Amino acid sequence: MEAIYLLFILVLSIFLGIELIGKVPATLHTPLMSGANAISGITLVGALVASGADRGELTTILGTAAVAFATINVVGGYMVTDRMLAMFKKKEGGK
Amino acid sequence: MDTTLLVNLSYIVAAILFIYGLKLLGHPSTARNGNKLSAIAMFIAVVVTLLDQSIVSYSWIVVGILIGAAVGAFAARTIEMTSMPEMVALFNGFGGIASLLVGWAALSEPTLSGVTLFTIFLSILIGGVTFTGSLVAWGKLSETLAGKPILFTGQRVVNSGLMVAIVICGFLFVTQPETTTWLYLAIALSIALGILAVIPIGGADMPVVISLLNSYSGLAACAAGFAINNNILIVAGALVGASGIVLTNIMCKAMNRSLANVLFSGFGAVKDDTMVIEGEVKPLSPGDAYYILEAASSVAVIPGYGMAVAQAQHAVKELQELLESNGTEVVYGIHPVAGRMPGHMNVLLAEADVPYDLLLEMDDINPRMETVDVAIVIGANDVVNPAAREMEGSPIYGMPVINVDYARTVFVLKRSMASGFAGIDNPLFFKDNTRMIFGDAKETINQLIREFSD
Repeated sequence: MEAIYLLFILVLSIFLGIELIGKVPATLHTPLMSGANAISGITLVGALVASGADRGELTTILGTAAVAFATINVVGGYMVTDRMLAMFKKKEGGK
Repeated sequence: MDTTLLVNLSYIVAAILFIYGLKLLGHPSTARNGNKLSAIAMFIAVVVTLLDQSIVSYSWIVVGILIGAAVGAFAARTIEMTSMPEMVALFNGFGGIASLLVGWAALSEPTLSGVTLFTIFLSILIGGVTFTGSLVAWGKLSETLAGKPILFTGQRVVNSGLMVAIVICGFLFVTQPETTTWLYLAIALSIALGILAVIPIGGADMPVVISLLNSYSGLAACAAGFAINNNILIVAGALVGASGIVLTNIMCKAMNRSLANVLFSGFGAVKDDTMVIEGEVKPLSPGDAYYILEAASSVAVIPGYGMAVAQAQHAVKELQELLESNGTEVVYGIHPVAGRMPGHMNVLLAEADVPYDLLLEMDDINPRMETVDVAIVIGANDVVNPAAREMEGSPIYGMPVINVDYARTVFVLKRSMASGFAGIDNPLFFKDNTRMIFGDAKETINQLIREFSD
């Protein structure tokens, strides 16, 4: 039943995501994409457990590599998105 | 309180913040806060996960995080805005390989049900495809690899064979988990599939590919979430997956092509040889262009990838200010697939301090094109090609384009007479109201700026 319950979450989240993203204007599509990219680094959460739990050398190596890759995705993704969004200015609100 | 309960409650908070953050991304004035909320959500999810009781040692975690954070922060700070598409592709790939590794690591769990094995297989497969697919996309975008579609005879047979092999391998992986051969085979097949899926796709279709890979990176995280029974991975991964699907759809519509058409065939050769482009090319010097611009009361700028290549966005902004102080109204018309990723032009112009309310989408600029005195096309070609409207034999016939030829005068800033990324002739260059200004886009605009300053 666990899998069914997770599948339920998956389906609802996808519909929610489509609703949310459909409302993002074209002008923000690049930051949206890099921001979404950063969110996909959520795999980091799974990588942490693999890296820290004592389940053999191989798992530790795989987990640590996964932590490094996912962290690049998370840190780089959020920072570059912030850098881009800081540049978006309205006409009056500019300098 | 029970740690598991605390962790899961915090995951709910994180999910709410992710969702609200995405909602705030819906408007330029709130988007920055939205991104911050999303980052806070990630932080919460990571910190509470560290409380997990199965984690006994933190040393390797710290090593991984330090390496990742240093690389990520360095890349994010130093990247040029013109190179954003490559960077996003590369980050996507890292997300994919992380999911593959998490799936692989999940095999060390003491008891694995058939369902879990299946989801582990999926996370390895999608993660691997995302990884190598993104690397190839990165190569094409950064021009490390040729941008042209790579086609070879028997490609479809090879791809079909690969799909069959993946299904068989998946079955063996789930039914014989103790045989590591199937694991390695699954990894190899996913890596091969990622490469083969992206090499036949041409540079002009990259906005679609990059959106699709974005979606895959989310789905890979979802699959990893199933493999380790973690709901926050599923929620966040699904949100990303959905965003990629929506963007892919928008990009396909903007090119009037189905996703299958983009994925499996490059732009076809011109079908109708009877298509004749008549007229002659009328070149114009920047000096003469200045007189026309000075007399214009409304100007529309249509940028394309060429503006990014020439790094001309700052010069364009300067010209815009000069025109505005001369009493000319300036707007920008942005085609959805201008550039190499969705919204690429908007980011470049934002970098040059162009206010986002001057950037009009295709459907907003087209109705007013007839009232525009001068339309300046900078490094765009296919997205302003009237053949899409007029020539049924053209491979891009039916694609929505910005109708610059309806403006009173069209300036096309172009390096030479070479055709665009799709390799299609453009009748726009031969129209009566079109003037070609040859040369580097940035240099041409700087010359115009000097004329205005004198």
